[in-house]
Amino acid sequence: MDNRRKYVIPGDVVTTGPYRPEQNVILEGSKIIATTVGISEIYDDSVKVIPLTGKYIPKINDLVIGKVISHSSLSWELDINSCYVGFLPAQDVFGRDFSAHADDLSSKLKTGDLVAARIANFDRTRDPLVTISDRDLGKIDTGDLVKISSSKVPRLIGKRGTMIQTIEMATNAAITIGQNGWVVVSCENPEGLLKAKKAIQMVDEQAHIANLTDQIKEMLESKGES
Amino acid sequence: MGGRESELVLLDENGIRCDGRKVDEPRRIMIKAGGLKNADGSAYIEFGDNKILVGVFGPRDVHPKHMSNTDTGILRVRYHMEPFSVSERKNPAPSRREIEISKVIKEALQPAVILDKFPRTAVDVFIEVLQADGGTRCAALSAASVALADAGIPMRDMVAACAAGKVADTVVLDVNNEEDQAGQADMPIGYMPNLKKITLLQLDGVLTPEEYKKCIETGIIGCKIVYDLQKKALHDKYFGSGGEQ
Repeated sequence: MDNRRKYVIPGDVVTTGPYRPEQNVILEGSKIIATTVGISEIYDDSVKVIPLTGKYIPKINDLVIGKVISHSSLSWELDINSCYVGFLPAQDVFGRDFSAHADDLSSKLKTGDLVAARIANFDRTRDPLVTISDRDLGKIDTGDLVKISSSKVPRLIGKRGTMIQTIEMATNAAITIGQNGWVVVSCENPEGLLKAKKAIQMVDEQAHIANLTDQIKEMLESKGES
Repeated sequence: MGGRESELVLLDENGIRCDGRKVDEPRRIMIKAGGLKNADGSAYIEFGDNKILVGVFGPRDVHPKHMSNTDTGILRVRYHMEPFSVSERKNPAPSRREIEISKVIKEALQPAVILDKFPRTAVDVFIEVLQADGGTRCAALSAASVALADAGIPMRDMVAACAAGKVADTVVLDVNNEEDQAGQADMPIGYMPNLKKITLLQLDGVLTPEEYKKCIETGIIGCKIVYDLQKKALHDKYFGSGGEQ
């Protein structure tokens, strides 16, 4: 597998041959060309580039952390760290019997509130529709917001969640990761909170290092002793 | 530019130019990716005595709203020279020349960027020339494509740019300010090295068909030198100085 991974920049030829171009690659004649800075991966029949930079583009079913920017009488607008604003309809919070003149939207969510939400619908013709009517979704009352690059989110989660489990276990913190690169950390122990935030920032800065999980583990443990 | 009479010896009998370079030698080039924290992507280039900083924002909301396109994202470029970038203070208001260069650089980047995945958004490129010494449009274009790659904007290829020209009846690579003022022709070229396509071609001066062909060939060699440095700048930022895996 390892010899099929390569560092690429836009314009680099990843491979030639009968492969299916997936994320961040285009087919130009018989060449498959990377369109972004990242790591290319070649599978049995497809090629993709995992980006190392770039803005968050909403995908249906993604969990995101949003910040309320404003509201009208029918909906809220959420900043989801993307080029589009998240659209949260009032029915989603108040239920079917919502009435625009009887219910006040700011009683539930105020400007500046953090919300864990899921992208319910998104296509290129309109702004993403988000929902908070699900388990574990809704307003976030406690915790600190850490902003990382959205392209580093898979690294922060790690293979089958190993990285995030390591951080959570060592610090006793509860960490909610939004696919948009916003992370909420809450911990009863202030020292654990600081350590967890530091670990998350370390992942953001050093995402390209190979055995990062071990280094994070080392960092978390060494600070515990001193 | 017909070539003005001047005291300056542009090319001596040994084939050495006024700043000590050979005819096929570019100036010293240094490119750095990143550096600006608040921009989504950025790059800094030193191209001889040119010093240019580029910041890229986006994809982001389009303001004014009527400029947005529901089919694709739009690209906007502003080329601006600082008042202190030239020896006599330059008025900071956009001049005719700056508006033209903004347009030319935008059109040179347009074939490279793929914005149809981001409808209703804009990508803004801000180019600030801190110090100018001839050939700023090429240096600015090279830095802008590094900044776009740094911002993660999908691109078909990087755009590298370099000028060629005619000085003392000889085709030379990378024309500097003195050669531009006193030389016979100046031809900036923007080039996508992997796709082998030219995205910018201007010519100021008169060339014979043979000289024209030679100028393009020379310019493309320069673009390839610039491209290697662009590649190195991005490798240094994203993969550590180790470069290739």
